[in-house]
Amino acid sequence: MPSQSLKPADLATMSVPSDDSAHVTVELLSQPRYLSGARDLVSSIAKRVGFDDKTCGQMALAVDEALCNVIRHGYEQRSDGRIWIRLWPIPGDNGTPAGLTVVIDDEAKQVDPEKIKGRDLEDVKPGGLGVYIIKQVMDRTEYQRRQGDGMRLILSKLLGGEESQIRD
Amino acid sequence: MDVHVEQSETYVLLRPVGDVDLSTSRELQVSIKDLMRAKPSRVVVDLCEVPYMDSSGVATLVEGMQIARKQSTDLVLAGMQDKVRSIFEIARLDRVFRIVDTVDEVSAG
Repeated sequence: MPSQSLKPADLATMSVPSDDSAHVTVELLSQPRYLSGARDLVSSIAKRVGFDDKTCGQMALAVDEALCNVIRHGYEQRSDGRIWIRLWPIPGDNGTPAGLTVVIDDEAKQVDPEKIKGRDLEDVKPGGLGVYIIKQVMDRTEYQRRQGDGMRLILSKLLGGEESQIRD
Repeated sequence: MDVHVEQSETYVLLRPVGDVDLSTSRELQVSIKDLMRAKPSRVVVDLCEVPYMDSSGVATLVEGMQIARKQSTDLVLAGMQDKVRSIFEIARLDRVFRIVDTVDEVSAG
């Protein structure tokens, strides 16, 4: 059962656990060929946490879009950049997960988090959809500059609001 | 991913097979641009064998739609699986494209 106490707005103030406490950590090179493996990983763990199939697919899509942005814009298509994906279940009531947090770290160029925005959907054109999709799917989407180099993206989603991102 | 192209009496059928993501969308882009050069009256993209598509695939289809509109080609998307339909819904592109359940509907229409 989903936690009765946590709301999406609460996620913004939740601290991310230390890296070495991650339940799953994957390190991959900045190559598009590894996207499918990352999707499968996120989808299968989201399923075990308790998300329905549709939401698992959408969370995998959100992570895929985030990785694409790191590869294309962060590493500018370089194939030797390193990316880390870390996953934690969000603690809920009675020891059951309330959701899932995914943190994506890279050593690519840093950008101002305030300038990372999805584009206006009314402007139908190729490209620029990734950030919009991530924000639609996840309850928390927060970009941070890492200390030293690279960026961090914190993604969280709570159980129980799976259909909230889909319009009527 | 493979991309198959077939010519019927009334339309050109483009049938990608496999995931369309950043590692494969370029192949789809090349195929669409190639067949659009002949300015066909109708192009049907059959997505029934595409289990997954990310925004790079969507961008490729948006680009194809823009080419199609300029040259008055009727571009139709058919056979979307649930995961693929989901990204079109999130991006609100399901109302921009003409989308049908199966290729047979195009033949009938």
